[in-house]
Amino acid sequence: MNMLVCVKQVPDTTEIKIDPVTNTLIRDGVPSILNTFDGYALEMAARIKDKDPSSKITVVSMGPPQAKAILQECVAIAANKGYLVSDRAFGGSDTLATSYILSEAIKTLEEKEGKFDIIFCGKQAIDGDTAQVGPEIAEHLGYPQVTYGLGAEVDGDIVKVKKEVDDGVEIIGVKMPCVITATKPDFDPRYPTIKSKMAARKAEYPVLSAADLTTIDLERAGLKGSPTKVKKTFVPQKKTGGIKIKEETAEESVNKLIDALTAAKVL
Amino acid sequence: MEAKNKNLWVFIETNEDGTPKNVGIELLTPGRDLATKQGGALVGVVIGSKVDPTVKEVEAHGADQIIVVDGPEFAHYTTDAYTAVMYQLIEKYGPTTILIGATTEGRDMGPRLSCRLKTGLTADCTGLDIDEASGNVAWTRPAFGGNLMATILCPDHRPQIGTVRPGVFKKTPGDPAHKAEVIKEDISIPADQIRTKVLEVIKDDGGESVDLEGADIIVSGGRGMGSAEAFSEVRELADALGGVVGASRAAVESGWIGHAHQVGQTGKTVGPKMYVACGISGAIQHLAGMSGSDCIVAINKDPDAPIFEVADFGIVGNVHEVLPMLAAAIKKIKG
Repeated sequence: MNMLVCVKQVPDTTEIKIDPVTNTLIRDGVPSILNTFDGYALEMAARIKDKDPSSKITVVSMGPPQAKAILQECVAIAANKGYLVSDRAFGGSDTLATSYILSEAIKTLEEKEGKFDIIFCGKQAIDGDTAQVGPEIAEHLGYPQVTYGLGAEVDGDIVKVKKEVDDGVEIIGVKMPCVITATKPDFDPRYPTIKSKMAARKAEYPVLSAADLTTIDLERAGLKGSPTKVKKTFVPQKKTGGIKIKEETAEESVNKLIDALTAAKVL
Repeated sequence: MEAKNKNLWVFIETNEDGTPKNVGIELLTPGRDLATKQGGALVGVVIGSKVDPTVKEVEAHGADQIIVVDGPEFAHYTTDAYTAVMYQLIEKYGPTTILIGATTEGRDMGPRLSCRLKTGLTADCTGLDIDEASGNVAWTRPAFGGNLMATILCPDHRPQIGTVRPGVFKKTPGDPAHKAEVIKEDISIPADQIRTKVLEVIKDDGGESVDLEGADIIVSGGRGMGSAEAFSEVRELADALGGVVGASRAAVESGWIGHAHQVGQTGKTVGPKMYVACGISGAIQHLAGMSGSDCIVAINKDPDAPIFEVADFGIVGNVHEVLPMLAAAIKKIKG
């Protein structure tokens, strides 16, 4: 199998704090990490490679030069090669423009790495939380998609994807080439070894700029190519005025809560 | 694509038995408000199989017009069939705005459709309004795991599309006497154009389904429950209240309960009438999934737990003591 995993470097949203004075996001000192869901996507690809060691995994990321760090991490974990898609002309892209640029990058990568059978993405990035780029890449390429994947197995010319749905899981059969987006599976991604980390440090991470994407229409990239515009951002207001009950005994607390819920007509 | 009118569409997701999912009916409420402000009609778009029960409900909940596509190939949602139908309908009718529920299906179809239309999509909105200066829909959504809110406009492309979180808006009581114009569109999608196939369906909990997004009452357990066995206390309270069981990420990761029950950024986003958080500290990722609930009750031994900041009512105490007593007290009230 020839597989591609699309990855993004994101701020660790669990480390983000709000400045109580200015009421804005404090981004300084927040560590940059491999988007959690992209890590699951890489693991799914790695499990296919475990079964068929002739498989190849390429990772691609669009972002600033420092995003090379996550490519290196992915190569240390399981990928064979990593490419960075980076150009000032790509800045300010919304999901439509981002997915368009990535789909053009994929066409360029296929000239080097061969046609990809499966393109994996995390279901969403933990900073933007849109869950749009994966399905949009599939649409740009005209491929079928399976979102919310919990695992994937190759069976002949189809991939069997375990998909999370509201009331359980479904096994979906999808023809290759296809796009699969990964949600949190019931297994943990593997760790790199010291040896694989050292090899990843020595590896090269070619950068694809706008000039390298031969068929790209730059009118469709960056701010110009983005139909959505951010009008404003703000920190959500916290709810206040709740009633906190702490009586001598649990029984008294429960009674007081029941009274309060009854008075508020919740019960 | 140019809009042909000022109409607002609500995509109404259906179940396999032809009934509507809650979120579609909920969205008719803000849909009415926005349609009026935009000066257009409120249109419900129903795709499914044997969907008469859905059409009746959409009619009763105030749609001016309902576009119906009914066929066996639409009984089970597929990306290819649903996107193709929506695209054809949009080309024909040219609405200015489309609301879609931010469910697993809505978030699968939304980006596929907006990309085909080369228009903007705002995901997982929790607030909808009209931007006074421009007349565009102002879509408000959380980002950075709920730490930040952003208001997004799609000024130059139509239709403007958003997926909206279930539970944020409330259904109207509905009026069975209300009439809508029902348009049946005869569209079928050939089997070879549907490139995914459901091979197997595995329901959770031995067939019990967990409809967190549609639930009126949810009782969730977190790390503070301490063990899988102790989760029976959560179930007992949920049963007493007539609700369903939810969980925090910590509880799911500890293996105490399945991921289908998970509420929060990496689980479901819910908006029940009552949400009871048991032994859940209230990490921002959890709050992002449940802070839209009407009434939040928290039980936690730590008086400084962040969950108390969003709770309407809270007990500072030991969950293992409080839960059984609370369940018993509620059973007594309900007789």
